[in-house]
Amino acid sequence: MTFLRQVVTIVHKDITAELRTKEMFSSMFVFALLSVVIFNFAFELRVADAATIAPGVLWISVTFAGMLGLNRSFVLEKDQGCLDGLLLAPVDRSAIYFGKMLGNFLFITVVEAIILPIFSALFNVNLIQPWVLAVMLLGTLGFSGVGTLFSAMTVHTRAREVLLPILLFPVVVPALIAAVKLTAGLLDGRALADMTNWMQLLIAFDIIFIAVSYMTFDYVVEE
Amino acid sequence: MKTSRLDGTIVLNLVTAVFILVALYLALIQSPAPANVDTETQRYAQRIIYFHIPHAWVGFLAFLVTFVGSVLYLWKGERRWDILALSSVEVGVAFITATIITGSIWAKPAWNTWWTWDPRLTTSTITWLIYISYLMLRSALDDPARRARFAAVYGIVGFISVPITFFAIRWWRTIHPVLFDASNMGLSPNMRFPFFFSLAAFTLLYLVILIQRVRVEHLADQVARLKASLTSIK
Repeated sequence: MTFLRQVVTIVHKDITAELRTKEMFSSMFVFALLSVVIFNFAFELRVADAATIAPGVLWISVTFAGMLGLNRSFVLEKDQGCLDGLLLAPVDRSAIYFGKMLGNFLFITVVEAIILPIFSALFNVNLIQPWVLAVMLLGTLGFSGVGTLFSAMTVHTRAREVLLPILLFPVVVPALIAAVKLTAGLLDGRALADMTNWMQLLIAFDIIFIAVSYMTFDYVVEE
Repeated sequence: MKTSRLDGTIVLNLVTAVFILVALYLALIQSPAPANVDTETQRYAQRIIYFHIPHAWVGFLAFLVTFVGSVLYLWKGERRWDILALSSVEVGVAFITATIITGSIWAKPAWNTWWTWDPRLTTSTITWLIYISYLMLRSALDDPARRARFAAVYGIVGFISVPITFFAIRWWRTIHPVLFDASNMGLSPNMRFPFFFSLAAFTLLYLVILIQRVRVEHLADQVARLKASLTSIK
């Protein structure tokens, strides 16, 4: 099997498992929706224009929801003994990383695709713009890139669900800042040419952290 | 195995003690009062740079050592690199904590606020959080080999994110004084000697604490081995 086929097979396995339970997807979606609604209540009395806080609220909701999904990503693998099976399978370790990472990326993206129109309506902003969607994809890619690596680590710890956000948030701060800045700029109608440095930062973050995660993943799943 | 109490490190310890005392004298008494500040409080507060910047420098140096230790551990798999990485994180966190506190004390008279979301302050805080998380990760893992491997991975990923965070936050407005830039140094010539002396003294202090912390960890390993051998005899 070529490397690409191996990756696709693992993604396919995750999608099949998810379609049977819909556990990860439904909890992420409901959680994202809940946080949007709660932020609306929490800020409405003090903030004159909801659009000013929309980018921040959007990204916090998406990353918090994504955290739920990432937490589940390796829990099922480990509890059902599937992780051992994956490691014994004649596939490259990095194929496991890219497979799991793309699976997580896909699940979070699907949640975003449903939450974005709802969010646009609730906050009365237009998020369905090509560049906003590109920023969403790039931000989610970096987030799931590091998130998958850390999720494979925290699944072995005591109190695993608690530790993942603690490990992940300080590291993804630069990607979050860039994503929020870009989303805010695009909503304010600024040209992308004014914000190329943020775009470069976001892309650089994705490349650097996916490369580092790919290089260190071997040590995380090693027995 | 017996370790003598009088070993090579005693010399380093004594030298460091002398250096720290001299640095205190230079910073608090010998160095000139700054010329370009308005109030008396600010004039005294300015002397904090002889402690604040060396602490920040040592903190980031310590995390660099952790990064190197983590890479070496993953490469060689030897316990001593893991011990080095862990010990350096603990010392680094202490120094960064001191940096944040001294900075805050200085900021009150200088900027009239304890805290502001300036790039350096924010980067230091996020770095501090990363290494607190590093320690939490270690304490949440029971298997020593796995703990060492995971900590090494986090030590590498965390360290790489620090400069990226700094650049990300730097594109916001900054009000932190930039002491050194390419063309000009913010310190007057007669402040430079006390400053660099202080820098050297605190770097020595870092080395002393690091060496002792590494020894404690080696001793703890030894105790664990002895305990294990005793239980196996029983």
